[in-house]
Amino acid sequence: MLRSGISLAIWITVLVLPFTGLRGATGIGAVLFAASLLLVFLRRCWRAFLPLQVRFLNKKELPGLWLTKIPWQTISLVGMLLLPLGATNYVLDVLTLVGLYALLALGLNITVGLTGLLDLGYAAFYAVGAYVYAILSTRAGLPFWLGLPVGGLGAGVVGMVLGLVTLRLRGDYLAVVTLGFIQIVHLILNNWDRVTNGPNGILNIGRPTLVLPSGTWTLRDPIHFYYLIWLLALLAFFAVRRLERSWIGRAWIAIREDELAAEVIGIDTTRMKVLAFTLGASIAGVAGVFFAGRFAFVSPESFTFLESVFVLSIVVLGGMGSPSGVVLASVVLVLLPELFRGFSDYRMLVFGGVLVLITIFRPQGLRGRNLF
Amino acid sequence: MFLQQLINGLTLGAVYALLALGYTMVYGILELINFAHGEIYMIGAYLAVILTALLSARGLTQVSLFFSLALVLLICMLYCGAYGITLERLAYRPLRSAHRLSPLISAIGMSIFLQNFVMLTQGSSDRVFPQLFPRKTLRIGSAGLSLLQLVILSLSLVLMILLHLFIRKTRLGRAMRATAQDRVMASLCGIPIDGIIAATFFIGSALAAAAGFMVAIYYGLVNFSIGYVAGIKAFTAAVLGGIGNIPGAMMGGLLLGLIESLGSAYISSEYKDGFAFLILILVLIVRPNGLFGEKTADRA
Repeated sequence: MLRSGISLAIWITVLVLPFTGLRGATGIGAVLFAASLLLVFLRRCWRAFLPLQVRFLNKKELPGLWLTKIPWQTISLVGMLLLPLGATNYVLDVLTLVGLYALLALGLNITVGLTGLLDLGYAAFYAVGAYVYAILSTRAGLPFWLGLPVGGLGAGVVGMVLGLVTLRLRGDYLAVVTLGFIQIVHLILNNWDRVTNGPNGILNIGRPTLVLPSGTWTLRDPIHFYYLIWLLALLAFFAVRRLERSWIGRAWIAIREDELAAEVIGIDTTRMKVLAFTLGASIAGVAGVFFAGRFAFVSPESFTFLESVFVLSIVVLGGMGSPSGVVLASVVLVLLPELFRGFSDYRMLVFGGVLVLITIFRPQGLRGRNLF
Repeated sequence: MFLQQLINGLTLGAVYALLALGYTMVYGILELINFAHGEIYMIGAYLAVILTALLSARGLTQVSLFFSLALVLLICMLYCGAYGITLERLAYRPLRSAHRLSPLISAIGMSIFLQNFVMLTQGSSDRVFPQLFPRKTLRIGSAGLSLLQLVILSLSLVLMILLHLFIRKTRLGRAMRATAQDRVMASLCGIPIDGIIAATFFIGSALAAAAGFMVAIYYGLVNFSIGYVAGIKAFTAAVLGGIGNIPGAMMGGLLLGLIESLGSAYISSEYKDGFAFLILILVLIVRPNGLFGEKTADRA
C-alpha cells in the first residue's frame, strides 16, 4: 500500500515534469506522497477499530436501519418549498440550475438509463427546444406557456426522426452518430445567420407572464424561476417513475438487458426504442424552452457536446435508470463546481478528477441498485 | 486546385489515421471509447513544442535539425506512451468489470482533467512552434507539395507499416490479436491480459503523440483545446472504417481527411466540420458496421 503510493508519487512527478517544471513537479509529488501516507494511516485506524464494528454488527438490529424509516421524500419536498424563504438570489440561481439539469437528466435517463441507448447528442434536442421558442417568441410573439408544449413537440419530432434513422445501429455506433448529430446542429446554429443569428445568438426572448385580475405579471425574480423549474422537474420525475413501472418501462428495461431476448418475447423493439428517443427528446425540448425563457437569450455556446456529456454523467452517476438517483446526482454535480468557485481556475480540474473518483469508487452510481 | 486539395487532404488524413489507430486498437480489446485519447494527442503536441524550445535554446537545432527533431519525436512518443499506460492503470483498470458506461464516464472525467491540467500549467493562449523547416515546395503541375507535407506523409506511412508488421509478425502482436478476439480464451492460453492491454495503450498513445508532433510542426500552433475536435474526428474515422479494424482505421482516417479538404474547397468552408459527420451518418445507415467492418453476430 505504502510502497505503491510512493511509486505512484514518483511516477506522476516524472510525468508532469515537462509541464510544471521542477518545482511544480516536486510539489505535486510531495502532495501525492502525503496523501498516500494519510490513506495508509486511515486504513490502519479502520483496521484497529474492526473488532468494535463487529460487536456493533452482532446486535439484533442493523445500525442505521432507522435512517431508512425517515420519509425522505416528504422531507425533501417540504424543504424545497420552504427553502427559498431564507435563501439569497445566488443560492436560488444555483438551485434553479440544479432543477434544470435534473429535468434534462430525467429525460436522458429514459434513453440511456432505461432503454440503454447511448445518446451523446442529447444537447441537440435541448437546443431545438430553446431555439424553437426563441425564434417563435421574437418573430411571432408566442407566449411562454404555449412555447413549452411547442418546443417539447419540436424537439420530440427531431428525436423521433433521429431515432428512426439510427435504429439499425448498435451500441457505440449509435453513440458516434448522435455525437455527429450534435456537431452538425451546433454548426447550423452557428452558421445559419438568417434564422439563428449565428454566434451572436438571439436576444430579448419573451419571459413567462401570468394574466391576473390585477393585470399581467412577468416572472423575473430568481425565486419565480426556482418554483417553475422544480414544478417542471417534479412533473417529469413522477411521470418517469410512473412510466418505469408501466408495461412501457418494463419493455424498455427488457431491451436494455437483452435486446434479442426482448424481441423474442414479443416486444416491438423498434417502436419502443423510437418512443424512448422521442420522449427523452421532448423533455429536453421543454428544458430548452425554460432555458430560453429564464435567460431571455440563447446562443450556440450553450448547446455543445460538453453539455451532453455533463447530462450523461449525471445519469450514469445517478445509477442508470433510478429517477431519484438522477435528482441526487444533479445536486452533487451542479453544486460541485459551484463549491469550488473560490478556486475558479481549478474547478474544472477538480470536477474531472472527482468524476473519475466517483466512477471508480461507486461504479453502480450514487443510488444504483446492485443488479446481482 | 484539385490536386492541391488532394495533397492537403491526405496530409490531414494521415494525422487522423494515426489517431484513429489508437481508438480502434483500444476498442478492439476493451470495447471502450477512450475519450481521453484526444488529450494524449494534445499532450504530445505540447511536449513537441516544449522540447523543441528547450533544444533550440541550447542551440542543438542548429547543429542538426534532423537529429534533434527525431529526438523530440522519440521522447514525445515514449512520454505519451507512459501517459497512456498511466491513464489505463488509474482510470480504466479498476472499472473493467463494471457496467459498460462507467469507463466511458471515467474517460470523460480524465479528458476534462488533462485538458485543464495543461491549461493551468501552460496557459490558455496558443503556444508557437518555432519555424525551423526551410520553406521548400515541390511543384507537381499546378499544385505544391511542401517539405513538411512530405515529411508528414512519409513518417505516418512508415509508422503505419511498422504497426502493421508488429501486429502481424511478432509474438506480442499475435497476443494482441488473440486478446481482441476473445479475452477470456486468450488468458486461458496464458497470455497476460493486463500486460497486453497496457501495451495496447502504450502503442496507441505513442501513435497519438506522433500525430500531435506532426500537427505542431505543420500548423505551428498548439492549444490546450485541440485534442477535443481532433479526438472526435479521429473516432469518427475509426467508426467509418469499422471500429476494431486496424487497416479500416487507416483508410477511414485518409478518407475523412480527403472528404474534409475537398468538401471545404468545393462546397462550403463554414460547414467543413460537418461533412465528416454527415458522411459518417450516411455510411452507417447503409453499412451499419462501417466500410470495412465485419458483420458480427448478435450475442445469444
